Amino acid sequence: MSDAPLLELRDVSVAFDGFRAINNLSLSLRPGELRAIVGPNGAGKTTMMDIITGKTRPDTGIVRFRGHDLTQLDEPSIARMGIGRKFQKPTVFEALTVRENLVLSLRGLRTPFAVLMARLSGEERERVDHLLGVIRLTEHADRRAGGMSHGQKQWLEIGMLLGQEPDLLLVDEPVAGMTDAETMATADLLREINRTRSVVVVEHDMDFVRALDVTVTVLHEGSVLSEGALDVVSADPRVIEVYLGR
Amino acid sequence: MSAFSATMGRPFSGAARTAIVVVAVAVAVALASLLPEGNPLHVSAFVVSLSGKYLAYAMLALAVDLVWGFAGILTLGHAAFFALGGYAMGMYLMREIGARGVYGNANLPDFMIFLSWNRLPWYWWGSDHWAWALLLVFAVPGLLAGLFGWLAFRSRVSGVYLSIITQALTYALMLAFFQNGLGFGGNNGLTDFKDILGADLHAASTRAMLLVVTAVALAGALLAARFVVGGRFGHLLIAVRDAESRTRFLGYRPEQVKLLVWVFSAMIAGLGGALYVTQVGIINPGEFAPANSIESVIWVAVGGRGTLSGAVLGAVLVNFGKTLFTAWLPAFWLYGLGLLFVVTTLFLPNGLMGLRRPVRALPAAEVTPEVSNVEGGEA
Repeated sequence: MSDAPLLELRDVSVAFDGFRAINNLSLSLRPGELRAIVGPNGAGKTTMMDIITGKTRPDTGIVRFRGHDLTQLDEPSIARMGIGRKFQKPTVFEALTVRENLVLSLRGLRTPFAVLMARLSGEERERVDHLLGVIRLTEHADRRAGGMSHGQKQWLEIGMLLGQEPDLLLVDEPVAGMTDAETMATADLLREINRTRSVVVVEHDMDFVRALDVTVTVLHEGSVLSEGALDVVSADPRVIEVYLGR
Repeated sequence: MSAFSATMGRPFSGAARTAIVVVAVAVAVALASLLPEGNPLHVSAFVVSLSGKYLAYAMLALAVDLVWGFAGILTLGHAAFFALGGYAMGMYLMREIGARGVYGNANLPDFMIFLSWNRLPWYWWGSDHWAWALLLVFAVPGLLAGLFGWLAFRSRVSGVYLSIITQALTYALMLAFFQNGLGFGGNNGLTDFKDILGADLHAASTRAMLLVVTAVALAGALLAARFVVGGRFGHLLIAVRDAESRTRFLGYRPEQVKLLVWVFSAMIAGLGGALYVTQVGIINPGEFAPANSIESVIWVAVGGRGTLSGAVLGAVLVNFGKTLFTAWLPAFWLYGLGLLFVVTTLFLPNGLMGLRRPVRALPAAEVTPEVSNVEGGEA
């Protein structure tokens, strides 16, 4: 494994109407790493993801992915470079079936004419069938995604993320609204995914973060407050103060 | 694969059947019009051209449905593309008149002589060749739609704002075409046509043929539209319609997706307009009137937004209703149309096609805010 970081944010700041959502944030991710990011509401977790994926352009600072500057690229370009994103609120295409959602996510055809002429290849069909198994939706493959439960939608979106075959997955609150059993299954799934891909997961749920058992970065007011193993950061007095208040 | 093709075929399988029915009925009406007048099955020239008009409107409805039903772009200016196709055909038909005009000039249409022009403007060059006219029928609406769509979609203009701009587009074109100086006959437009491809436009056989050609064109447009929306691209369109920003994070460029279907749709509308002019015998700036575009949206809503056959059905039925209504109670037609729209919106959100089977339109609660804005704007 090389020393060059897969993803690097250095001194990134962005302000909305004078409010500094991200304030001199620096963060570095090694290839193959699974990183959990926690922080109270308004800490800048989602804004950080917006910056990495090109939705928000930083005012200052550097964002590099495999050495490429991301700040000049738009969302589709960044997605095509190999960064996939799962949103906080599950966002699947509700009018399409589960299978159709997965087909659209598959790595490859992206220009309108190519999609227009596309016919599902045997390889793609196998890939979709495999993904359906991974996210445990095989028997719901031909049902409308809009009819799935909240947890199933979360998993479908993770499946779509895998369909993109990204090198880096940004996963925003994947277990929100999930049962305990689903939460633990999701932690297993993310660890499984991490065997071949790098993952950044933002989550509030401490049981889930504990189950992941990885390096935790604590964000507060747009910058890194603390970083390390969960036991270490949760013993950090500054973290306790932020979470519990004075 | 079987499961996949089953889902693919679900909302669209009627398109091919509708295409066959359209052609069959048109051929029957065309043949009946050629029977001698005394025959009980004879239909009048009026019915033939009326049928042709309905089918041309159905092409406009199909075009509107492609962008509104499948891509979520509520267009309130699609009649502009229809009228431009009509003008392109009108130019050819004007040149076909040749020296038989009032002023007897073989090269200049009457209205140009009336304006004391002594030369054909450059944009009329080649309009005496049918192939060039046919090219213009597709190219002019296609290019305008391409330019308009490129500017609007890349600026991420959507929802009611986009609807308002489309309305402004058709209104601006209407004002421009009213100008005599533009070279399209001003207020009067283009009319008094004599021939098409050397055949007398007033002959029963020509009219019958034009009806069949219009039906075949509509059928072709239906099948082409089915190809566009029936496969993976159609799913992508629906994805863009319901969650545009999400598609960006999958690596798609929704503005390109919308542009493709927008230009395709404008070309269908243009072809519809061209065939309309051959059967109605006139094209004037009134065709650009904003109300025409809005009516075409109502046809689609009544027939069933997001179903190709629904657009055709809605256009034919509403226009049939309009023909009857304006003959009996002309003053009340607009109230009737308004009532129809309100009733459809309240009780038949998926239009007449919604009565037959569930379609892919979304229940209101599942629609993204962007799309529900559009819904709000239309009410």
